[in-house]
Amino acid sequence: MNSLIKTAALVGTDAVAEAMRQINPDVVAAYPITPQTAIVETFSQMVADGLVKTQMIAVESEHSAMSATIGAASSGIRAMTCTSSQGLALMWELLYIASGLRLPIVMPNVNRSLSAPINIHCDHGDSMGARDSGWIQLFSENAQEAYDNTIQAIRIAEHPDIQLPVMVLMDGFIISHSIDRLDLQDDTSVQKFIGSRNPAYSLLDSQNPTSVGTFDSLYGYFFEFKRQQEEGMINALNVIQEVGNEFGTLFGRSYGLFETVGMEDAEYAVIATGSAAGTIRMEVEHLRSSGVPIGMIKLRSFRPFPAKQLAELLSGLKAVAVFDRSDTFAGHMGGPIFIELRSSLYDLEKKPLTINYVYGLGGRDLSEKLVKKAAGELMETAQNGFVRQTVNYLGLRE
Amino acid sequence: MTWDITEIQKWDWKKHPFGGTIKDPGNSRKFKTGGWRAFRPVRDENKCTQCLICYVFCPDSAIKTKDDKIIEIDYSFCKGCGICAQECPLDAIRMCDETKEQS
Ligand code: SF4
Ligand code: SF4
Repeated sequence: MNSLIKTAALVGTDAVAEAMRQINPDVVAAYPITPQTAIVETFSQMVADGLVKTQMIAVESEHSAMSATIGAASSGIRAMTCTSSQGLALMWELLYIASGLRLPIVMPNVNRSLSAPINIHCDHGDSMGARDSGWIQLFSENAQEAYDNTIQAIRIAEHPDIQLPVMVLMDGFIISHSIDRLDLQDDTSVQKFIGSRNPAYSLLDSQNPTSVGTFDSLYGYFFEFKRQQEEGMINALNVIQEVGNEFGTLFGRSYGLFETVGMEDAEYAVIATGSAAGTIRMEVEHLRSSGVPIGMIKLRSFRPFPAKQLAELLSGLKAVAVFDRSDTFAGHMGGPIFIELRSSLYDLEKKPLTINYVYGLGGRDLSEKLVKKAAGELMETAQNGFVRQTVNYLGLRE
Repeated sequence: MTWDITEIQKWDWKKHPFGGTIKDPGNSRKFKTGGWRAFRPVRDENKCTQCLICYVFCPDSAIKTKDDKIIEIDYSFCKGCGICAQECPLDAIRMCDETKEQS
């Protein structure tokens, strides 16, 4: 390791602002929304203090924030924005334009539930709604991962085989507003790691003019462009892993598509993402120390969804419990991770039984007690060889 | 100006530049929009004074001139928007329904 490390105690939003300072993007266009506001607040102070060369654009809405970011990124420079919840919802049509134009925009999204009723606390309903928008989505467990993911996202987004926008996700308040201990790399090492953007085309290159945002109709090539986008997502499965390995070699913290605990000898497993992974890991490790053959998978990359890799890992297991911090309202189909995981397992000869726990909507706490309850039911399912109830609401007043 | 798109309809999905970016701007000449037309502008040469107002207003540059005189309306690009007919001070342009009248 040749990178200097500074250990700091920061709230998640400041950890992300610190990553943005080190990335030093050319343009940031953003609008405040709880609980994201603190990222842009801290970052705009850095701009005012001359710590970055970023041109900060204060816009009148998230729709404009994403529009300005798209325009800036089209000129071949690095452009970022941040959002949460209703702000992400207001960006909706632009999310598809950013991915459709293949712009490597990096956007931290602090996960917060969507109205109504109005609720400012964490669930994954906001970013899950954007799961088909063509954005790569990386979840973070804590402030360290939010910082590390923001830096890696630049490399992933700008990779020539990908050229897609990346959402860096972190749980509202639980990560964004809690003080966490984390290691920060030095500026030079981060700058070296991300390198400079090397765009194929730039709107500002007057020697090689291009048209961006073109019209494509019935007899055009829309279908071909969408297939290219999907190829970018497929390529991201490898690139996320490569970038995570390189990050680990340089900085000592390796990343992949997901992280595992005890999966070598597990007979049943829990899958979760975001901050809940901390609570669940504690319970899993506790059970393992008393000889229970339980394992855990912490999903980092939800888009692309590592279907094949997860299926390989789960083949032959007796049962799997999937934790979802959002619902699909699809009529008892369960949460989005559950639906996609079940689809991933379909071709396996030896499929595990599957149970879904929808938890934590609107920021409801996932206590150790609730995790114990779910783990107990998972063990029971594995022993009995059948599922009592497929979709369960954990922590709901019943 | 080296981007050759003559065979573009045969390209497989991998060959297109990402995101629908056009590397060679100004190629709209290759994109014939005449097929969009429902109404066809027909100019009455006896009424027309060659004031060229229609030429200035046509958003598709479909009205062709030579030596400051209109020589034709290029139907491979004219979308039939009717702006020329609207702007002509002498009502010298009539919009004919493509499905009913053949000019
Ligand atoms: S109808 Fe519209 S497009 Fe056609 S010649 Fe007239 S102004 Fe131009
Ligand atoms: S505007 Fe009318 S009169 Fe003038 S050039 Fe066109 S058709 Fe002729």
